[in-house]
Amino acid sequence: MTKMNISLTVNGQVHEVEAEPRQLLIHLLREDLNLTGAHIGCETSHCGACTVEMDGKSVKACTVFAAQAQGADITTIEGLAEPGTLNVLQESFREHHGLQCGYCTPGMITRAHRLLQENPTPTEEDVRFGMAGNLCRCTGYQNIVKSIMAAANELNPAKEAAE
Amino acid sequence: MIPAAFDYHRPQGIEDAIAILQKHGDDARVIAGGHSLIPMMKLRMAEVPNLVDLQDIESLKGITIQNGRVNIGAMVTQHELITNEGLAAAAPIMREAALQIADPQVRYMGTIGGNVANGDPGNDMPGLMQCLDATFTLFGPDGARGVKARDFYEGAYMTERDDEEIMTAIHFDASTAGYAYEKQKRKIGDYATAAAAVMLTKDGQTCSSAAIALTNLSDTPIWSQGAGAALIGTDCGPAAIKAAVAAGLDDIDPSEDNRGPIAFKYHAARMMISRAIASAWARA
Ligand SMILES: Cc1cc2nc3c(=O)[nH]c(=O)nc-3n(C[C@H](O)[C@H](O)[C@H](O)COP(=O)(O)OP(=O)(O)OC[C@H]3O[C@@H](n4cnc5c(N)ncnc54)[C@H](O)[C@@H]3O)c2cc1C
Ligand code: FES
Ligand code: FES
Repeated sequence: MTKMNISLTVNGQVHEVEAEPRQLLIHLLREDLNLTGAHIGCETSHCGACTVEMDGKSVKACTVFAAQAQGADITTIEGLAEPGTLNVLQESFREHHGLQCGYCTPGMITRAHRLLQENPTPTEEDVRFGMAGNLCRCTGYQNIVKSIMAAANELNPAKEAAE
Repeated sequence: MIPAAFDYHRPQGIEDAIAILQKHGDDARVIAGGHSLIPMMKLRMAEVPNLVDLQDIESLKGITIQNGRVNIGAMVTQHELITNEGLAAAAPIMREAALQIADPQVRYMGTIGGNVANGDPGNDMPGLMQCLDATFTLFGPDGARGVKARDFYEGAYMTERDDEEIMTAIHFDASTAGYAYEKQKRKIGDYATAAAAVMLTKDGQTCSSAAIALTNLSDTPIWSQGAGAALIGTDCGPAAIKAAVAAGLDDIDPSEDNRGPIAFKYHAARMMISRAIASAWARA
């Protein structure tokens, strides 16, 4: 089976990659583009460690073929802030102990980023429901939820002022 | 977990897609959101030498509601079903059920067409479609035909759809009926141990129409005519609910699996049917 040329935009940069259609997007990102921020946890579509943003959707990159991503616009954890700086969510996870080993964190933050785009003023329940596709095996969800709520507040001075 | 190699096709129109299916026969299959198919391919439980990606076919997208009829393109995702306000007004049971499917990431990719065409008894949309009395449009080499959801499912992964047909759209009537989709699952993101879709209409204090369908309690979804009939003409009180549950349980044939033994499946079915009836009645 032949390789195909896949052209896609990742973190604002256009890439041309030669890959077999069956290659998974997560492997293309990690191995061909050397973007190792998104992790492989379960590889069975359950844990969300591989979450990236594709055309405005949070997706599990272990369950997308490279070929399907032809022409897509992708953002990974590496694209959320300039090197050497932290985005609000990253800062908030650090501040509120939203991570322990850090394995799930890139997926958590990439997913939370999209969640806050779609719902800038979530309730705690919205956050728990919206983060249900991401598993953490060590921090416990309490501080992850707290970190995301704090980031929402930070990004939303209007809401803070109203309170 | 790498699937067997395949050739990838991304047709721009439905006729082109059908032509690829015709050319490769058994060796070709369409992919929509891929969230049932890719896991199976990774496990090598499905081998697809020619994968036909439907994502560029514009005619399979979008939701329209016209003259009381809801039309949903096969490629509409579960996320779109949840966020579409027109659909939430015309058929609120769609949002209620879609919110109970999988998790956010899966819902951004998984499509209604893939969910109903798949034929997996664990999928939630097929029972829901039977409850709504939906019609599926199948497009093949000889053109389009409609098949009722209530006639579509033949067995696990076996449906009325021919190999060379693609499901293009799903249609049903908008409804103001009381509704509920109740689902028992082990955790978020899990398939149903048992689930029930119920729609009821009321004339004064009397139930004037009832549709009840059940998920993952047989190798197909079950539209239980008996359960519906047991409610019509009643006040949907405890005795009527009991009769409807008994009729529903008569129609199912659950099997033992990692979600529990058969007796537990009956118990979960009993709970889901009675809860869904009570909740739909309260909203009727
Ligand atoms: C972690 C996880 C949890 C899940 N939980 C649930 C759940 O709780 N409830 C539930 O219902 N589902 C669940 N799913 C399945 C998910 O909803 C799938 O997305 C859905 O079943 C299939 O839709 P798809 O678009 O991904 O289809 P695909 O995976 O692309 O296709 C599925 C099958 O349908 C065929 N097909 C697809 N589209 C068409 C079409 N237009 N015409 C003809 N054939 C077509 C394909 O050839 C394939 O055989 C879960 C999936 C995952 C990964
Ligand atoms: S690695 Fe993709 S969901 Fe776990
Ligand atoms: S921080 Fe360790 S898995 Fe989440």
